[in-house]
Amino acid sequence: MKILMFGWELPPFHSGGLGVACEGLTKALLAQGAQVLFVLPKKFALPKTPFPVLFANEQEQKSRPFSFDFSAYSTLVCHLGLSDKNQKAQKAFAPSDLLAEVFAYAQNARKIAVGNDFDVIHVHDWLCIPAGIAAKEVSGKPLVVHIHATEFDRSGSLPHPLVYAIEEQGMQKAERVVAVSEFTKNKIIDCYGIEERKIRVVYNAVDNDFSAFSVRGANELLALKREGHKIVVFVGRITLQKGPDYFLRAAQKVLAYKPKVFFVIAGSGDMHAQIIEQAVHLGIADKVFFAGFVRGEELKKIYLAADLFVMPSVSEPFGITALEAVSLGVPIVISKQSGVQELIRNALKVDFWDIEEMANKILACLDYSVLPHTLKEESQKDLAKISWHKSAQQCVKIYQELCK
Amino acid sequence: MPSVCLYFHAHQPCRLNRFSVFQIGSHIPYFDEEQNYYYLERVVRKCYIPANHLLLNLIKHYKGKFRVSFSLSGLLLEQLEKYFPDVLKTFQALLGSGCVELLGETYYHSLAFLYSPKEFQKQVFLHRRKLNELFHYQPLAFRNTELAFNNRIAQEIEKMGYKVVLTEGADHILGWRSPDFVYQSATAKNLKILTRNYRLSDDISFRFSERSWSQWPLTPDKFAFWVNQINGNGNVVNLFMDYETLGEHQWEETGIFQFIENLPKEILKHKDNNFLTVSQAAKLYAPVGEIDCPQTISWADTERDLSAWLGNQMQREAISKIYDLEEPIMSARHRVLQEQWRKLQTSDHFYYMCTKWFADGDVHKYFNPYESPYDCFIAYMNILRDLQMQLKEI
Repeated sequence: MKILMFGWELPPFHSGGLGVACEGLTKALLAQGAQVLFVLPKKFALPKTPFPVLFANEQEQKSRPFSFDFSAYSTLVCHLGLSDKNQKAQKAFAPSDLLAEVFAYAQNARKIAVGNDFDVIHVHDWLCIPAGIAAKEVSGKPLVVHIHATEFDRSGSLPHPLVYAIEEQGMQKAERVVAVSEFTKNKIIDCYGIEERKIRVVYNAVDNDFSAFSVRGANELLALKREGHKIVVFVGRITLQKGPDYFLRAAQKVLAYKPKVFFVIAGSGDMHAQIIEQAVHLGIADKVFFAGFVRGEELKKIYLAADLFVMPSVSEPFGITALEAVSLGVPIVISKQSGVQELIRNALKVDFWDIEEMANKILACLDYSVLPHTLKEESQKDLAKISWHKSAQQCVKIYQELCK
Repeated sequence: MPSVCLYFHAHQPCRLNRFSVFQIGSHIPYFDEEQNYYYLERVVRKCYIPANHLLLNLIKHYKGKFRVSFSLSGLLLEQLEKYFPDVLKTFQALLGSGCVELLGETYYHSLAFLYSPKEFQKQVFLHRRKLNELFHYQPLAFRNTELAFNNRIAQEIEKMGYKVVLTEGADHILGWRSPDFVYQSATAKNLKILTRNYRLSDDISFRFSERSWSQWPLTPDKFAFWVNQINGNGNVVNLFMDYETLGEHQWEETGIFQFIENLPKEILKHKDNNFLTVSQAAKLYAPVGEIDCPQTISWADTERDLSAWLGNQMQREAISKIYDLEEPIMSARHRVLQEQWRKLQTSDHFYYMCTKWFADGDVHKYFNPYESPYDCFIAYMNILRDLQMQLKEI
């Protein structure tokens, strides 16, 4: 089975869960015996990967200068969030930049599809959908559209019409749509009118490597813990979708009740300045650390110091960071508006808007020591049932259905 | 001749309010009246009313040949008194028929015997007093919460004057022996023990509507045939189950009421068979052996232990914290607080904190009015803190 897979990013050059998920899934597909040719839009100095990677822009005779910005994904998101509200932002939003990339990718995909032998096309998210459609047009091969997030998750109720149109068209044209959760599947049915029969839910997983590699150097957060402080962490882009503002408001309630707690925000995004301002406004700026966008070892240090991980997402198709936390033995409080909560039963769950209950659960976890202990122990049972291996098996089954 | 001893247990807990940490100190009510009423009304409608009506008719029809035993927890009785006095009357009518025996138990359906023998005695006494008040009745037989039993409980119960106790016919206790005989306790020689025939009991309470079961559908004549097979190999077939089996666990549509309605006819077709209440069976048959039970057993799960109540750390923490309050509660001599403290001992609270089947998402095994075991634990611990504060304030 030969798969032509179009992605947008891969670790360590990733801006979020999409790259992590693509890598985890592709590795597991190889183990299943599938041959994956992984395509990225632009050339960059990727470390050695266990699967062949093709850079789409190298297909061009004369490629543009090497200037691909991997934060573009989140940059677009921030503009989308504001697009209808703010005229100025709308002007600043130059869809040509990113959309030009997206369509250039599609142009190149056409050439890749002609020059390579494959059985199925598998694309991830809207950024790769035009590429998938182009490849399908020239090859006539079946198309799988894998949805890690919809425009509704990213933008709330104000989807960018063009992005929405791309998503909708891609899913209509696809033979199969893969949703990362039931939560996402329902969105695909309700917001895009896609027939249920062609949607399959394939959950993300967490890479074993993540809990395996060791961390070197001092962990400054542990010093705070030795002074009797508790550490509560948020890991994710600082955007509307991830609910950092709810995190801060819950933090304020917690601190009013229990002052010896530090809140760590690991991530960056368009709401960064607003969130810092909000922390000041709430009078808790001295209790909130902004770690910026961290990955690898630095990210792991934060998890290892954490007493609790909170994911207050407003709309989270999956939430791979929650799995990372669980795999490192960190108890989690997660939004009910998330996909990962379908998998991890042994977690504390709240509606993202229910600040009071979020604070209640954070405090319970910090105060009643058997609670995090039980969560930690029991959630390993949930984790044991999740693997990229299993997800890859489900994908292979989908490919087989299409190639019959 | 196998006698059939049909015993039903009925109980409804007082479920907790979603008590948040920010409500500690507010002393708002601990128990969710509205929710408790919701569950009570449903079980009254689906089970107690139709089942009491059916059993009463059967007793009348068979003129003393059909008998049944009941245990009704104190919490259930007080909720019926408050919300459904007419239903309570039908239980009184059942007792008045002369073919019904009531059993003693802890008023609050607690696991007090494990943590405080003193508190256990008090709750058993409170239940006795309630039976006397509502039924003018003195129980001679005893059932502990979840049919939990061990040697120490046997001694405790014997001291309190009970003649017979029910427990599970657990394989690891009975060994090669059959549950269909009367036994006596190894440590309390005057206490007789009836052991649940879990196979036949569960055929009704669990498997009755299970279409994948090879014996489905279960008919009264088939069941009577199985009972008759025991003829010669046993004296009494102990069919012990939750009363809610009738109409709530097994819905009316499954045909459970018709099954019970026709069961006496089929059982009594064989002239050697009869129905006995718990104490009648214990009186009629001499014990054939002793039961030595150093470890606590129960009628729950395949493990037949209390792991569904005390299996994880949250459960053990919560229950040990509630019994830590015994001394201050008793010395405070505050009736309302005492009653709240006791309601918090109800075993159901700890069951709702069970994580045993949670990861499997087994909803059949896992009924829980809370969204998760963790939600119950958090509410419980917050309430405990509030109770501690109240204690300090008086």
